[in-house]
Amino acid sequence: MIKTLKYILLGFYFGFVLIKSEAVSWYRIVEMFHFQSFHLFGVIGSAVVTGIVSIFLIKRLYLTTLDDEVVDLTPKPIRFKANFFGGILFGLGWSLVGACTAPLFIHFGAGSYIIVVAIAAAILGTFVYGTIKHKLPH
Amino acid sequence: MQDIIAFLVKPWPWYVTGPLIGSIVPILLLTSQKQFGVSSIFKHICTVTKISKSEYFNYSVKDHSWNLLFVLGIVFAGFFSFQLIEVKQGFLSENAIQYFVGKEITIEGIFPVETYRWDNLFSVYGLLLIVGGFLVGFGSRYADGCTSGHAIMGLSLLSPASLVAVIGFFVGGIIGTFLILDSLL
Repeated sequence: MIKTLKYILLGFYFGFVLIKSEAVSWYRIVEMFHFQSFHLFGVIGSAVVTGIVSIFLIKRLYLTTLDDEVVDLTPKPIRFKANFFGGILFGLGWSLVGACTAPLFIHFGAGSYIIVVAIAAAILGTFVYGTIKHKLPH
Repeated sequence: MQDIIAFLVKPWPWYVTGPLIGSIVPILLLTSQKQFGVSSIFKHICTVTKISKSEYFNYSVKDHSWNLLFVLGIVFAGFFSFQLIEVKQGFLSENAIQYFVGKEITIEGIFPVETYRWDNLFSVYGLLLIVGGFLVGFGSRYADGCTSGHAIMGLSLLSPASLVAVIGFFVGGIIGTFLILDSLL
């Protein structure tokens, strides 16, 4: 029960700061890909720097989780073709909808219910990937 | 209370919100031993609904239930921010405003609801939602992560896979914007 609440609250926190960053704005995404503003580059850049510094501190200070476990910092395995080609396809989708994954759910919560079309399409895209995965270069 | 709401509603600068987004990385790691990521939600939905017999969707979703709860929290944040209080957006650049005016797209809130309407679904706008959404789902699984798992979490770990994926995100995004979106909108 407490765990359930914890993850909902953490998702709420992330969703809210993402909203405040305006990375959920369709307009901001179009603006960013046109290089018409520094705003979202500043958001992403400073978010990544914060992440890098916090990982550095976790390692340096041997911080452990609340359950006293060693923090698992194993990165995802590199599969160059999949990361790159998949990345390009994801980026295409990001620019065409004007939203990446989390913002799709923000739009839904915000009441722009037409976004369920894109969410359903994303589920279909995931289903198709899982089905034809073995035929793709990885 | 009034003051708190006014503070939550007004736009915040990027150098405040960027680090707040980045903070989700250590928060999830230290409180929950979880690496931050969002897009696997689509995979879990496929798995829960058993729409595929593929090996790819054969695992216990229970071990990943945190991701579903996390996304539920994201939905609540959208509801809170735009249906309970009305979070304001900062000013777009002059060039961007001119672009949207030229495309006859009303600038309001975070999504052009007057352009993307249900009665407009069988038009180029519906097509953008369907094709774009499909590629978000397909691409994020193929790349093994989205902007959350790769751009924020992966780059924080200095992961080569994530660097490659993020370069791909922007290559795809720039192609999609200049070659497709500009001519279709």
